[in-house]
Amino acid sequence: MADQGKVDPMHQFEVQKIFDMFHVGNHEVAFTTSALWMIVAGLLLWAFMIGGMKRQLVPGRWQVAVEGFTGFITNMMNANIGPEGRKYTPYVFSLFMFILMLNILGLAPLGLFGVHPFTVTSHFTITGFLAILSFSIVLIVGFWRHGLHFFSLFVPHGTPIWLMWLIPVIELVSFLVRPFSLALRLFVAMTAGHVLMKVFASFIIDGLAASPVIGAGVGIPSMALMVGISGLELLVAGIQAYVFALLTSLYLNDAINLH
Amino acid sequence: MPQISQFAESWYAASQIFWVLLTFGFVFLVIGRGMLPKIEATVDARDRKVADDLAAAKAAHSAADNLEESYRQQSDASRVAAQKAVADAKAKAARDAEKRLAKVDAELAEKLTAAEADVGAARKSAMAEIESVAAEAASDLVAKLSGAKVGAADAKAAVKAVLHG
Repeated sequence: MADQGKVDPMHQFEVQKIFDMFHVGNHEVAFTTSALWMIVAGLLLWAFMIGGMKRQLVPGRWQVAVEGFTGFITNMMNANIGPEGRKYTPYVFSLFMFILMLNILGLAPLGLFGVHPFTVTSHFTITGFLAILSFSIVLIVGFWRHGLHFFSLFVPHGTPIWLMWLIPVIELVSFLVRPFSLALRLFVAMTAGHVLMKVFASFIIDGLAASPVIGAGVGIPSMALMVGISGLELLVAGIQAYVFALLTSLYLNDAINLH
Repeated sequence: MPQISQFAESWYAASQIFWVLLTFGFVFLVIGRGMLPKIEATVDARDRKVADDLAAAKAAHSAADNLEESYRQQSDASRVAAQKAVADAKAKAARDAEKRLAKVDAELAEKLTAAEADVGAARKSAMAEIESVAAEAASDLVAKLSGAKVGAADAKAAVKAVLHG
């Protein structure tokens, strides 16, 4: 919160240090709000998955829900990579569920219970880490399976000889941009959505502070918009997690089935 | 933007990377590597079981179809046999009746001929008797009326002429 009771829409993204832990070199590793929410997400995910571990032939509701998520990713991997994709399903599934859980936790109306939610995926240190992890796996798998032949990825099928000086350069640049686009897409989508909600919330507060008439005139439409945007943000939370997983699977497909 | 400005703080980047490594590592190892394959195995086992059951049901269905087909063929064959037996019996009965009829006809014809012969013979003898009686009567009449004696042979000839025109 900035001066004079103004709502600072960026304040929500500040990582708060809860306690210090140890030093690595001259860097300090602390337990933070970000770490807390990641742990909560991991534990919630684990609790959710436990419900799917009954392994009944005729599943109950919870097991159907869990199998719905696993089947969603398994089918995506099968469709995008083929039978060889199954080896990488654990990674893509973990990625999808972790991001989805973090996105939804950031949107959860926990403020009603006095808890301050924090959207971990609105930090590009986190999205960047996950993007670089995906990109590294693509590089490792690509060079492991195809060796130096993996560079033929930059020469698409049917490239005319006289364009050989240009197409590989474009392909190389688009390939190298992948981790950045992967990281920035998620970080920007989450940040923008939460800023938007905070801005509309600040309209209500500032309007009411000015006068009850202005407060009603500005606050009611703002509230209506916020309800709509909240629904939209839930959709975005799912879509961004899906896009991250989908693009990872497509990049993995490049590395596994080279052309 | 705290996402950028917080890089100035020495603990920010290190803590973020440390904790995402730890938590995502946990998610990957425990959930992705530990739980997901078991759930996938359950789903696969169920899919396989459903496919097997469907195949078994299909096999049973086609077996039932075959059974029905063979039953139908059998019943068709026995119906044809029954119809043949009925037709044979009918034909045999007709043949027998014809034979008996012919035999009876022949007997009747024989009897008829015998009877006709008898009738002819009786008529002939009756005719002969009539002739002789008529000749006697005629000679008697002639004797009574005229007193002339007519020889038996003459009377006979005269009667014969009258009788046979």
